[in-house]
Amino acid sequence: MKRLLCAIIFLISGHVSAEIPSGESILKKVDANIGSDNKIVVSQMTIEGRRGTRTVKSKSWIQGREKSFTEYIAPAREKGTKMLKLDDQLWTYSPSTDRIIKISGHMLRQSVMGSDLSYEDMMEDPKLQNLYDAEVIGEDTLLGRPCWVLELTARKEGLAYHSRRIRVDKERFVVLREDRHAKSGKILKTTEVQEIIKVQNRWLPKSVVFKDVLKLGNGTRFVIESIEFDVSAPEHIFSKAALRK
Amino acid sequence: MIKFLAKGLLRDRSRSLFPTLTVMIGVMLTVFMYSYMNGVTNDFIRSGASFNTGHMKVMSRAYAGESDRSPNDLAYIGSQSLITDLKRDFPEIIWTPRIRFGGLLDIPDEKGETRAQSPVAGLGIDLFSTSGPEREILNLNKAVVRGRLPGRAGEILISNELSRRLGISLGETATLISSTMYGSMAAANFKVVGTVRFGISAMDRGAMLADISDIQRALDMDDAAGEILGFFGDQTYRGKETEEIVAAFNKRHQRDDEFSPVMVSLRDQNGLGETLDMFKYYSGILISVFVVVMSMILWNAGLMGSIRRYGEIGLRLAIGENKGHVYRTMILESLAIGLAGTIVGTALGVSISYFLQVKGINIGSMMRDASILMSVVIRARVTPVSFIIGFIPGLMATLLGASIAGIGIYKRQTSQLARELET
Repeated sequence: MKRLLCAIIFLISGHVSAEIPSGESILKKVDANIGSDNKIVVSQMTIEGRRGTRTVKSKSWIQGREKSFTEYIAPAREKGTKMLKLDDQLWTYSPSTDRIIKISGHMLRQSVMGSDLSYEDMMEDPKLQNLYDAEVIGEDTLLGRPCWVLELTARKEGLAYHSRRIRVDKERFVVLREDRHAKSGKILKTTEVQEIIKVQNRWLPKSVVFKDVLKLGNGTRFVIESIEFDVSAPEHIFSKAALRK
Repeated sequence: MIKFLAKGLLRDRSRSLFPTLTVMIGVMLTVFMYSYMNGVTNDFIRSGASFNTGHMKVMSRAYAGESDRSPNDLAYIGSQSLITDLKRDFPEIIWTPRIRFGGLLDIPDEKGETRAQSPVAGLGIDLFSTSGPEREILNLNKAVVRGRLPGRAGEILISNELSRRLGISLGETATLISSTMYGSMAAANFKVVGTVRFGISAMDRGAMLADISDIQRALDMDDAAGEILGFFGDQTYRGKETEEIVAAFNKRHQRDDEFSPVMVSLRDQNGLGETLDMFKYYSGILISVFVVVMSMILWNAGLMGSIRRYGEIGLRLAIGENKGHVYRTMILESLAIGLAGTIVGTALGVSISYFLQVKGINIGSMMRDASILMSVVIRARVTPVSFIIGFIPGLMATLLGASIAGIGIYKRQTSQLARELET
């Protein structure tokens, strides 16, 4: 009788674990959904500060994980400002000074255009599976969608966030909510998806609210106005010379 | 009688020279210790006020709540009219607007790309007006190491250490990268026309000074200022008067709006009040302990002197001198010694302190990474109290020593004196 009971428990537990995918496999699908060799994104950031709201519009050309070029289109004060990322280096061009300036050191932790995003966030490898070990720790429901709750722990020292807790849509593999933590466990940043769209057979977050928990204010709303995948960008755009053009 | 005492003192060195020297050294150390502690406290207040707190400061309520991070997004808009009101309401105070900002100073190469860069702690002040108060408050004319003070738009000063680190020459362009008041990225080109050294580690590491109008333009802060600092005309902080001005101003501006102005005193900023109280408390204890210890040493010296003269006193009593007279002459002698030692000790203590007030001691190597706004040159400060504080141990202790030692005179039995003197 005991043996039969053990066999039943074993079978049940085996059945349940078969239904829960591994953290690694979920991350792989998340990265595959959002990743692409080439894409062009037009987006706008709405920054809610204590003195009012500002909207910054930009166009980005992204090639793989290593290269990206962003040009700010609006408002007038920001128009013409450009940013170039090549591997782990970042430059910015400001038309008012006609200078190409390297962003490095402590400046990487500063906010981008006063938003809740830092340059460090921009520089991060978008493929989470390259940076974190993942473990499924539960289930949840967000925006009416069933989600896996994953605990991500940094594989190496020096990352902007030591751990992250993400909620991933079980079917679409889109991260719907994220809490980013310091090594001490203190929460530093949160992201919350407000709207999802389907583009070229991929589910993408159209509208996301980023919140730097250490800053006062209501956060930054990031909205994708348009996105094109697998569009080749001219190679010359990923050069410092392109910043001045 | 006085002639007799004076002769005795001058002829017997052990009665005059050594006690006077002991008193003199004790008094000199007491005066020096007091003046030194006074100088350190004064320097701490002066540096903090000049570079950061003012004797009082006006900010927006929101800015005041987070003033340690200099949040220019919460700066006060309408600073010109507020300064006009402040000058009208408190004419005895010098009012000056400032903008503190952080950022990156980037030096271009011949292609206009980054050659060197460093974080800076910036200060936007009224630099252009030659009659303005800032040149005197920050002692700018003396602080210039190379070049000159800015006189035209777009000209800046940077700390000498920063210029060395960046390898920048005078006349070169430097680009400031920072944030505007509304959060956008701010980038502005400036020309470095001079380098400065304030003797304050926190400023000398990476200071950038520009005229406030240039910074208002660069950071999109039209008619805005992070802080409006108030100073008494003689640059001396007066706590009670400051509190009265602060109370009067805040009573007039009692509003719920987080961008309405609020005034805070020097004591109410960055925990300075607690620091000053602690400073005063510990220096008070230190000086008191020192005075008590010196008093005990001098008292003991008085006792030793009186005991040494046991035989002499016995002889004087034996030949018929009155006990009270002997006692009084001993006290008179101790007073003369105490007075002479105190005057010489005070003169020496004040002289050494004054020398230290002018020259100072450089403790820069100990404060290389200090964030506190305090001069690296420690100076003593001679005040009227420096001239009288030495009289407490100098006079009181010798007098007390002689008085207690002299009590023994009354216990001597005249009938036994002859036998005592035989032995």
